[in-house]
Amino acid sequence: MNTSTVHAPIAPTAPTALTMRRGDPPVEAAIGGTRHAGTPEVVLDVRGLSVSYGDRVAVRGVDLRIARNQVTAVIGPSGCGKSTFLRSLNRMNDLVPACRVDGSVTFHGIDLYDPGVDPVEVRRRIGMVFQKPNPFPKSIYRNVAYGLKLAGIRDDLDGRVERALRQAGLWDEVAHRLGASALSLSGGQQQRLCIARALAVEPEVLLMDEPCSALDPIATAHIEELMSELARRLTIVIVTHNMQQAARASDRTAFFTTEVGADGLRTGVLVEVDATDHVFGNPADERTMHYVTGRFG
Amino acid sequence: MTAVIGDGGRSVVGLAPLLDPAARTDVRVRTISARRRRSDRAVTLALWAAAGIAVVPLVSVVVVLVAKGGHLLDGRFLTGDIPLLTGRAPAACRSISEAFRAKYDLDCAPPVPGVGPAVVGTLLSTAIGALLAVPLGVLGAIYLNEIGGSGRIARVIRFSADVMTGVPSIVMGMFVYTAWVVRFGTAGRSAFAAGLALACLMLPVVVRTSEEMLCLVPDHLRHANQALGGRRWQGVVRVVIPAALPGLTTGAMLAVARAAGETAPVLFTIGVTLRTNVSPSGGNTTLAQQIYDGARSGDPLANQMAWGAAITLVLLVFLLTALARLVSSRFSTRLDG
Ligand SMILES: Nc1ncnc2c1ncn2[C@@H]1O[C@H](COP(=O)(O)OP(=O)(O)OP(=O)(O)O)[C@@H](O)[C@H]1O
Ligand SMILES: [Mg+2]
Repeated sequence: MNTSTVHAPIAPTAPTALTMRRGDPPVEAAIGGTRHAGTPEVVLDVRGLSVSYGDRVAVRGVDLRIARNQVTAVIGPSGCGKSTFLRSLNRMNDLVPACRVDGSVTFHGIDLYDPGVDPVEVRRRIGMVFQKPNPFPKSIYRNVAYGLKLAGIRDDLDGRVERALRQAGLWDEVAHRLGASALSLSGGQQQRLCIARALAVEPEVLLMDEPCSALDPIATAHIEELMSELARRLTIVIVTHNMQQAARASDRTAFFTTEVGADGLRTGVLVEVDATDHVFGNPADERTMHYVTGRFG
Repeated sequence: MTAVIGDGGRSVVGLAPLLDPAARTDVRVRTISARRRRSDRAVTLALWAAAGIAVVPLVSVVVVLVAKGGHLLDGRFLTGDIPLLTGRAPAACRSISEAFRAKYDLDCAPPVPGVGPAVVGTLLSTAIGALLAVPLGVLGAIYLNEIGGSGRIARVIRFSADVMTGVPSIVMGMFVYTAWVVRFGTAGRSAFAAGLALACLMLPVVVRTSEEMLCLVPDHLRHANQALGGRRWQGVVRVVIPAALPGLTTGAMLAVARAAGETAPVLFTIGVTLRTNVSPSGGNTTLAQQIYDGARSGDPLANQMAWGAAITLVLLVFLLTALARLVSSRFSTRLDG
């Protein structure tokens, strides 16, 4: 169906109930997987994933494993279904009325699209940062505390908010004005606030859809630094149009492209996924090579 | 490209005496700017005139109101009881108090004629109407915008609201008269019945303006709520309503201000009183009704009462509208980040 090649061996999914409570020992302690270890543990196992809007198939037949404590970059030309793919990883596609998802996305041994799974719980465990910074029109503090309050967490709110802001590298800039409106921040600060907001609920996976596309190079560098820092504790999937960013900041890269079928319909497919060095230095597929070297075929 | 160069060459030849670039620029700037200045002045003048003409009706209404009723307006008029006017007053009397002294035995007439009961009745019936219509209307708007979307039920409700907005207000009065007042006989006429009629009038306006306000809250905020593990209703309660609150408040208050000045829905539903009645039950009266009654009467005193009630009502509506503006500017938050 597609030519995905997997070089690094990846261990099978660790079975953990999706109903795992907050505060349970981290899975990594039980399994022993850490960043850049020999066989990274698979957090999200995507098999035969197809997403359609109405009767138009946007992405077809994606097989992909996302390893724990790694940054996985998703690259590809515009419209190839990167955002669609990303949204299917935490069921944000449910919000699009006509959207249908086939195949399976396994998270700790549970298919996210199983009828018994609560999408709200899924999104609590798999956070998301959007392309455009979208802070709530509330104070900085209340933005970060928002997810905590939703989850019913009341103890040590201040400490949790501070930790999240520190992790997002924003604490020093906003510590003295936590009560100020989030909208008074600059674009880059707003995006880091959105990251802090997502981190506050301590997700295991963070999905980022072109988080730097609205930011200047300095703010972008800031967020890239942040990502490798964060990957020590969680798993990151980032969609980016910026080839250098993918090369710099990711461990693995998945390249998607658009295929035009015999009927003239365009569908997104996964071409290959591999260690980032491989994808950029020695891609297995010709289309990947053309894309990463800036030539389209 | 060539055409441009050729054209430029020709004009340079034509302007040979002015070949000095500075002089040439100077000439051209002056010709263009003179024409522009003329048209600029003409358009500005026209706009001023248009604005002036638009203000004429407003100003003349205020001038007439102040001229006819301004001298009545004082604390005693605003609180005094409504006089029972039957016959004709002596033509010589200029002021309302003078006329009263001449015409009535001061012991049995109210000591100071005024519109106090009507002020209270207006506030009471409007408040009852708002209490009924605003929560219901906002909830309806939340349903339409957050749940119903473009579904069948939502479309039917939206269409009905639009039709209801266009229904003449007197029909609302008739509706409440037949549905409520008739059932309870004379006792059915009350501030509550008038409030019901005003609520019918306000409801569709509140629904539609509130829906617009909710619609202005960008979707990315709803998505942010859900991406953080929030349920849809949590997003509505914690994000959408707070973000839309200034707009919701303004919309509701403008609907209330409009309802406060309505006459027709009140005519058959509120009954009558000469004394202040702060209860939602029992006969009451409003300023609009006082204007209507006073203006229809052949009694010059009643006419004067009508002018006094009119200026009071305009003042009241002005205050409500100003309050709505103040609220919206105080709480206004930028929605887009
Ligand atoms: N809500 C939607 N409804 C219908 N079609 C959609 C929707 N979202 C995306 N699509 C379609 O699915 C295809 C993939 O879109 P998607 O946004 O995933 O692409 P992308 O790779 O993220 O593009 P870009 O790089 O420009 O963000 C496109 O053809 C798009 O038109
Ligand atoms: Mg996209």
